[in-house]
Amino acid sequence: MADKILDVQDLKREFQMGSERVRALKGVSFSIEQGEFVTIMGSSGSGKTTLLNILGCLDKPSEGNYFLDGVNVKNLSRNELARLRNNKIGFVFQSYILLARTSARENVELPLLYNAAVGVKERHEKSIKALEAVKLRDRLDHLPNQLSGGQQQRVAIARALVNEPVMILADEATGNLDTRTSYEIIALMQELNQEGKTIVFVTHEPDIASFSSRTITLKDGKVIRDVKNQDKRSAREVLMSLPITEDY
Amino acid sequence: MKPLSLIRIAWRALLRNKFRAFLTMLGIIIGVGAVITMVAIGEGSKQSIRDQLSGMGSNMVTVRPFSNTTVGGGARLGSTGLQTLKLEDATAIQKQAQFITAISPAVSANGQAINGALNWPTSIQGVSPAYLSIRDWKLNDGSSFTESDVNSAAKVCLIGQTVVKNIFSVGEDPIGKVIRFNKIPIKIIGVLEEKGENTFGQDQDDVILAPYTTVQKRMLAIDYVQTIYASAHDEQSSAAATNEISDILRKQHKLKNGDEDDFSVRTQAELISTISSTSQLLTVLLAAIAGISLIVGGIGIMNIMYVSVTERTKEIGLRMSIGARGIDILLQFLFEAILISITGGLIGVTLGITASRLVNVFLSWPTLVTESSIVLSFLICSITGVFFGYYPAQKASRLDPIEALRYE
Repeated sequence: MADKILDVQDLKREFQMGSERVRALKGVSFSIEQGEFVTIMGSSGSGKTTLLNILGCLDKPSEGNYFLDGVNVKNLSRNELARLRNNKIGFVFQSYILLARTSARENVELPLLYNAAVGVKERHEKSIKALEAVKLRDRLDHLPNQLSGGQQQRVAIARALVNEPVMILADEATGNLDTRTSYEIIALMQELNQEGKTIVFVTHEPDIASFSSRTITLKDGKVIRDVKNQDKRSAREVLMSLPITEDY
Repeated sequence: MKPLSLIRIAWRALLRNKFRAFLTMLGIIIGVGAVITMVAIGEGSKQSIRDQLSGMGSNMVTVRPFSNTTVGGGARLGSTGLQTLKLEDATAIQKQAQFITAISPAVSANGQAINGALNWPTSIQGVSPAYLSIRDWKLNDGSSFTESDVNSAAKVCLIGQTVVKNIFSVGEDPIGKVIRFNKIPIKIIGVLEEKGENTFGQDQDDVILAPYTTVQKRMLAIDYVQTIYASAHDEQSSAAATNEISDILRKQHKLKNGDEDDFSVRTQAELISTISSTSQLLTVLLAAIAGISLIVGGIGIMNIMYVSVTERTKEIGLRMSIGARGIDILLQFLFEAILISITGGLIGVTLGITASRLVNVFLSWPTLVTESSIVLSFLICSITGVFFGYYPAQKASRLDPIEALRYE
C-alpha cells in the first residue's frame, strides 16, 4: 500500500453570502495515494473550485479533516499554511501567472526565494533542473512574452516542480491552450506522473480525464463518482496521431 | 526570507517599471534637493553675516555714556554730549577687569582731510594702539603709533583706504606725508587694510586713526572720552566682561544701589545673536517650505504604491500561493517604497549640492551645505518611505490569496 498523500474526511465548507448560507461542500471524503494522477471533474457550481482551494491550502474547511502528507490543515495558522504551500504543493494555473518582464529562470526560482533552506547556488541548480524537466533548458533567459502559451505553461509547471512538492495541483491547466498544446501539456504531466509525481488535475473537460488514472466527479458539493481508469490513454500517442497542420 | 533577497525582489520590481519609479522618485528628489538648497542658502547668509560681524571683532565690548535723565526743558542728551566717561574709568577697567585683554578709550571728531589740492570730509578717531587688535584690524603698510605717541600727543595717524583714495592720486605713497585735518598738520605713518562696508552699509574704511590724546587736546580740547572699546578673552566671556565692567564703572562713578547706570555696555555677541536668530528664522522658514514638498513627495509614493498593489494583485496572489507569508509581501512592498525614497534621496542630495553651487556661482549668494541638512533630509525621506509605504504594503499583505489569484 502506497503512502496517503492526501486524505479528505467528510469535508464541509459553508459561505455566508449576505443573509443566505451557501453550502459549497456537503461532506466530501476521498484519499489520494502517492503516484496517482487524479482528475477532479464537475460542472460549475459543483464545489470543484472550493475543493481546489482547500486542497491547495488556500482555504480551510468549515467541518471535516484534511490531511496533507500527514498534517492536519485545520489546526494551522496563516503563516503555517503558507509554509505548507511552499513545501508540499506545486500550483499550475489556467492563466499561467508568470511575472512579466522576468526571465523563465527567475520565474521558476520564485518559490525557492520563500524557502529559507535553499541557498543561492542551490536555487540556480534547482531552477535549471526544473526547466530541464519541462524541456526548456534552452529558454532559461527568455521573458514570458517571448514564449508561446504552451511554453509559458511549461515554465509554470517547472515553477510548480522546483520545490519538489508532494503534489502538483493543476487548475484547468490546459484551459487557455489549443488542442495540440493541451495534449503536449498532458503528455508532460503523464511523464512527470510516471517519474512518481502525484498529480491532481481539476478540470471540467471529460476528454482530459481519460488520460488520468482516476477520476473523481463532484456534483452539488458531493462526490457522485470515484472511478479508477482502466484503459488510460497516452497523450503522447494521441499527439502522434494528430494530423500535423501547418496552416498557421 | 533573507533581507538580501527581499531587496533583490523589490529592486527587480522597480526595474520592471523604470519610468514610473523615476516619476515617483521625482517628488522625493525635488523635496530633498529643495531642503538642502534652501538650508544652504539660509546657512550661507547666516555665516556671511557672522563673518562680517566677527570682522568687527566678535569679542568687542563697547562702553558709552548713557543717561535717562533730562536737562533743562526735558531734552535728553545723546551719548556724545555726555561727559561722564573719563580716562580714569578706562584705566580702572584695564587694571581691575579679569575678562578683558585689551582696552582703548576713544574720541572722535569730524572734519576735512586735506592733502594739497585734494580734500575729503571724514572723521578722525582718537584711540590707543590696542584699538587695532580690538577691532581685528591690520595695517597694509607702515606701522602703528605707540604708547609714547599717546603720551606726547604726537601728530601722527593711520588712514583708511577710502581716505587714501580720495586725497591721494593713484600710485602716490601716503606713508610719511603730512596732511591737514581741520587745519592741524598730521603725519601719516601707516595705511589700514581694506575692511569694506559693515553689516549696516557703513564704510569702515572712511576713517583716520590717531592717538586719543592728540584728538582730545589738539582737536576737541576736551578731557573726557566718548567711548571705551575693550576686548574680552573670547566671544563666550564677553557677557562676563560686560558685568565686570558695569561693576567697576558703578564703583568709579560712585553710584548707589538704587541708582541707574550712567553708561551702557554693549557687546558684539548680542548683536550677533540678534542677527543670527533672524537669519535662523529664515533658514527654518525655508526648510519648512522645502519640507512640505518632501511630504508631497511622500504622498506621491503612497499613491503609486497603492496603484501598484492593485495592479499587481494577481502577482501577490501567486506569491502567496507559492508560499509567501503576509510578512514577506509586506516587507517586499515596504522595501520597494524605501528603495524609491532612498534612491530619490541620494539623487536629491546630489541635486541639492549641485543647485547650491550653481546659486553660489550664478547668483553670487553665499551658500553653505551643512552635513546636518543632508543627514536630516535623508533621514526624513527614509522615514517618509516607511511611513507612506507601510499602508499600501499592509493592504497587500492582507489580501486573500484566493481572491487575489482570481483578480482580473
